[in-house]
This record gives sequence, C-alpha cells and structure tokens, in this order.
Amino acid sequence: MIKVYINGDEMSFPDTVSVTALMVELGMTKGRVALEKNREIVPRSTFDEVMIEDGDVMEIVHFIGGG
Amino acid sequence: MKLSDQQLDRYARHIILKEVGGMGQKKLLAAKVLVVGAGGLGSPLLLYLAAAGVGTIGIVDDDIVSLSNLQRQVVHDTSAVGTPKTDSAEARVNAINPDVTVVKHNEKLTTDNAEKLIAQYDIVADGCDNFETRLLVNDTCAKLGKTLVSAALSQFEGQLATFKPFAASDTPLPCYRCFVPEVPSDQTEQSCSERGILGVIAGVMGTMQATEVLKEILDIGDGLAGKILLYDALSQRQRVIALPRDPNCPTCKDL
Repeated sequence: MIKVYINGDEMSFPDTVSVTALMVELGMTKGRVALEKNREIVPRSTFDEVMIEDGDVMEIVHFIGGG
Repeated sequence: MKLSDQQLDRYARHIILKEVGGMGQKKLLAAKVLVVGAGGLGSPLLLYLAAAGVGTIGIVDDDIVSLSNLQRQVVHDTSAVGTPKTDSAEARVNAINPDVTVVKHNEKLTTDNAEKLIAQYDIVADGCDNFETRLLVNDTCAKLGKTLVSAALSQFEGQLATFKPFAASDTPLPCYRCFVPEVPSDQTEQSCSERGILGVIAGVMGTMQATEVLKEILDIGDGLAGKILLYDALSQRQRVIALPRDPNCPTCKDL
C-alpha cells in the first residue's frame, strides 16, 4: 500500500503506479493538464515510465492560455 | 552611446541601483523586445517596458480595442475603442517615454511571417490569447535562439516562465512545448472572453512578466528558465517549481 498526496488530498494505491495509470485513475484527459510531482513538472513523454512512489506530493497543473 | 542629461534624470532611480547603473540603463535602451498581443498581459508589459526605457518595442496584434477590453487592458482607454490596438498602444507608449521606438505589426502572427518578424528582436514577451500562437512563438524563438518570456492567464490564476532551450546549462533547459506539447483539445474554454477573468490578474502577471524581461536584458538575479511560476489570486499563493526539458520534445530535443 502506498500513500500519496494530490492537490493536498491523501490517496492510497495498492502498489506503485505509473503516471499514465494515475491520470487514468483521476479521470484526467491527456493533453489538458500537466502533473507536478515533488515540485517538478513530469515531462509528458515520460508518463509511462515515471512511477508514483509512497509519499509523493503531486499537484494537477491546468494549461491556461489567456492573455 | 552616452546618456543625455534628460535620460540621467528620467532613469535616475534605475541608475542608482548597483544592479542596473548607467551600463544597465544603456543595455535597456539598446534592447529590442517584441510584445505578442497588446491585451491583458501586453498592457502592463508595454507600460513598464516603455517606462523602463527599453529602446525598441515591437507590438504584434491585429485586433481592435473593444469596450469589454478596458476592464483589464490598461494600455488602452475609452477614446481608443474601435481603433487598432497597435495604434492605441503606440500613442500611450510615446506619451510615457519618447526614448522608445515603437514598431507596429498590425497583423496576426502566422507560420508565414513569424520568423521574419521575431528575427528583428532580442527577446520575445508572449501575452497572446491562444495556444496555437503560443506554440508558434515558442518554436520560432527556439529555432532562432531568442529568449522567450511567456505568461498566461485564467480566471483567477496565472503562469509565467522563461524559455531558452539553446542556452548552456547543467541540465537541458525546456521550451514551452515541453510544458504544453500540443494545442489542448478544449482550448476555447480557456480564453478570457469565454471564461471571464478578474482584470487585475492581468496586471499582476504582466508586471511580473515585464520584471523577467528586464532581468533577462540586464542579466541580473535568478531568471525563470527551467522553472515555472504558478500564481493563484484567490489563495494569494505563488509557487515556483521545476520545469525540465522533455527528452522527446520535437522542438528542442536536439538543441
């Protein structure tokens, strides 16, 4: 069991998961948001490889384009 | 170039700063900055870059001032409604500081004109209102080796980052496409006109964007390359987090 924090809320998973799996779990459509993990943006092309570990602190960062 | 007596007076509060000084003020006067979009972000950008004595300011915008712009686009005023934003902004910049040469580009930035236009400047400040243009500006700046200071707005929040993937660094620096890989599918929901915006957010973000432009010209402090600033007005929370290069980014992976 791992415990992680997303936008300040605690969530638990049976095991480590990839960022891709996490985004599916959260219902986040690919292409609308970035994921910040431990104060760093995770590059999109690495979503399949980067694993979420116990204690990770994450924020969903929405793309905004207004000016 | 020697500063005139008038310039010594006008820029006295800059010159007294050891990080700026007479040398720094001359750098500002020699600098050429392109402001993409004379809207919410472009307004404070233009006002402060002009006041700071940035010598050449290009403005690219093909839009007309409308009444609903004035709630946040403070470079324009009521009498300018119905006139081109480039004309309105030029008049205001000229009134603030006659040292500034304004170059008006009353056109849309497209794949046809982007390179020719951006090549004339040292630094680009992007404050446009759509992702297509943001990605075009990014790809062109990366190709031409131009520093890009990019800001974006939503209802109560803002984002700000500096992109120079061509610059030497311990770890490869990202471009805008490393953050936003392609145009988001629902981008129409993201514009200020569709979703609304607390006008002052444009002032906060555009002024911080101007700060980063000046820091890049003066080469002082810690810039925002490899980082992104996230601002939320409702919680009055501001954070700077790391933004690494995407190793597979089509724009900058080979730079």
